[in-house]
Amino acid sequence: MSDGDKNAKGDVVADTTTDQSSGLTSHEVELAQDRTPAEPEVVGVRHGMFGATAGADTTGYGGLVRPILVAGASERPYGGYFDEIADNLERGLVGGTASYAEAVDRVVVDRGEMTIHVRREHLVAVARVLRDDASLRFEIVTGVSGVHYPNRSGEELHAVYHFLSITHGGRRIRVEVSCPDDDRHIPSIVSVYPANDWHERETWDMFGIEFDGHPALTRILMPDDWPGHPQRKDYPLGGIPVEYKGATVPPPDQRRSYN
Amino acid sequence: MSTHTEFTQTEVPDPGANDVYATSVADEQASEGAHVFNAAGGDWNDLVDEATSLGEERIVVNMGPQHPSTHGVLRLILEIDGETVTEARAGIGYLHTGIEKNMEYRTWVQGVTFCTRMDYLTPMFQEAAYCLAIEKLLGITDDIPERANVIRVLMMEMTRISSHLICLGTGGMEMGATTVMTVAFRERERLLRVIEMVTGLRMNNAYIRPGGVAQDLPPGCIDALREMVPEVRRGLGELEALLNENPILKGRTVDVGVLNLAGCMALGITGPVLRSTGLPHDLRKLDPYCGYETYDFEVKTRTSQDAYGRLRIRIDEMYESLKIIEQATDRLQASEGEHASVMVADKKIAWPAQLALGSDGLGNSLDHIREIMGTSMESLIHHFKLVTEGFRVPAGQAYVGIESPKGELGCHVVSDGGTRPYRAHFRDPSFNNLQAVAAMCEGSQIADVIVAVASIDPVMGGVDR
Repeated sequence: MSDGDKNAKGDVVADTTTDQSSGLTSHEVELAQDRTPAEPEVVGVRHGMFGATAGADTTGYGGLVRPILVAGASERPYGGYFDEIADNLERGLVGGTASYAEAVDRVVVDRGEMTIHVRREHLVAVARVLRDDASLRFEIVTGVSGVHYPNRSGEELHAVYHFLSITHGGRRIRVEVSCPDDDRHIPSIVSVYPANDWHERETWDMFGIEFDGHPALTRILMPDDWPGHPQRKDYPLGGIPVEYKGATVPPPDQRRSYN
Repeated sequence: MSTHTEFTQTEVPDPGANDVYATSVADEQASEGAHVFNAAGGDWNDLVDEATSLGEERIVVNMGPQHPSTHGVLRLILEIDGETVTEARAGIGYLHTGIEKNMEYRTWVQGVTFCTRMDYLTPMFQEAAYCLAIEKLLGITDDIPERANVIRVLMMEMTRISSHLICLGTGGMEMGATTVMTVAFRERERLLRVIEMVTGLRMNNAYIRPGGVAQDLPPGCIDALREMVPEVRRGLGELEALLNENPILKGRTVDVGVLNLAGCMALGITGPVLRSTGLPHDLRKLDPYCGYETYDFEVKTRTSQDAYGRLRIRIDEMYESLKIIEQATDRLQASEGEHASVMVADKKIAWPAQLALGSDGLGNSLDHIREIMGTSMESLIHHFKLVTEGFRVPAGQAYVGIESPKGELGCHVVSDGGTRPYRAHFRDPSFNNLQAVAAMCEGSQIADVIVAVASIDPVMGGVDR
């Protein structure tokens, strides 16, 4: 990452000191301040200090309520080579099945990285342009990583693709696609990037996202008859309590811990 | 054992023009009504008799997951016709340990201890990728002390050599050359001795931490490095003398496991396999991190596209790594004794204590214990909070790709603003590169499968995670 870094470097503040009055870290305060281009987006709320939510609040921290803010849609100019990529993508999509405005939901530039949120039905068209257009030429997709956000209704499951262009000196972009939990379908890009074959199988295995058009979407890490998809947030970590000198230590996902 | 591999498909692909694997459907039709031999609990001779009576040589064999030459628990499903492999598929997942899921239940710092165990031959690289990704999320990439970056480079290059040595050693052993193995392991031991001196452990080091490294180099380390480098260089010469022009080795590796540039691009292959096609792709040059742009080294390529070329590339890369180690040693010697920090200055992120070796083993340094137990209550609270609670990472996501000995190792981390990773995903190079097994092996002899797989250098700990 060369040029993109400079743009967003200043946006991120390392200091995570908690602001006593609002309970926000300084980074979150900065995000919360009305600033262009990236209007922050509230994606959730954090209560208290500890992960345990069952039972009455015995910690005294229950009143602590903090919004979870992530960088929102960016306005042009994005900085660095990101504008060029957006322009070329827009031009490359002309004459195809969908225009840029139809295919791309929003563009987020955060921490020197460009994330293009693509509507799932147009993912394959976008991937094809990213690979075939000489001015973009992202030869390599380094797999797909699933993320499960159970609280974001309508877009619980995200598939995150990272593209690398060797031709253009190591440019990287991220393409993010989401689907609702009750309709877990995302088109497969294996027809464009055969390398994504196993990566999509892994994401199906771990998150239950069905990649439509994948040639053999089977489990890859878990046994074929395994019930459930382990990386989803509603799937327990598992584990057994361990007894040590008379006291019992619960498994990691049941311990009271900071969150 | 069933000779017919079955896939439970949730979505039958449309066998239209878009189907890139159209042949698989054709195969299914072709194999309809074919004999399925069941070897479970039966007499092997009966199976052979039955196959002989059919006059057919075509059988499906599981190579692995417990086969010694499949690098751990890799399962190769080979359809063979006589000695020729007509179809090869890799079955993985036998070493899946759920590391990524586990990391979601520990603090950001504890995650290092988990991810170092993924590809157990390249522990430093997972640690580095993970820590660089966290640092990107925190926005402290430029605040990492210079000395910490040099130590990171030093440790990564030592790990690169030790990983390549294992690849050559076990690869040689699989072909029957046990001397290659003993020489490689002997040289690897020299590197591990220095790594142990610095980190306290031979592998699973958990040495690179968010913000820097766990501790500075111990006294005498520079001398050990200066002593080690020429010894390893001599050992590499011995390996070269043993391998480079060895007619048996060349007979086994030349034109075996061929994969051209187009194949590598289609399958997303990186690392020595890609460089054996002549493309000088190395993330250390293309997208430098940890200050790699300031070191003098070359990206080694060959154009033979085969297992022999990959072997030679690995040997050449080890010499380049030794060059980087020497440069890093010079820099570390120059900055020694200046009390140069190896941890980021921000006390809200930096691990509070430096480790020290006491009479009862490795632990917090006595100076630090004196301070938190004897003089400063605030230091004690700070230490306690940082170690038990950890630091908070602003919400967002980051991806970092680094050049591991096997190719691009990517780390995608997502934070929800808490003290633990919301999601940490590793793109392991072996996981991706194993997809090339079919392209490399189909049409070749069974014995070549071993060589082709060894030239990919997969480590199942990383593949299955």
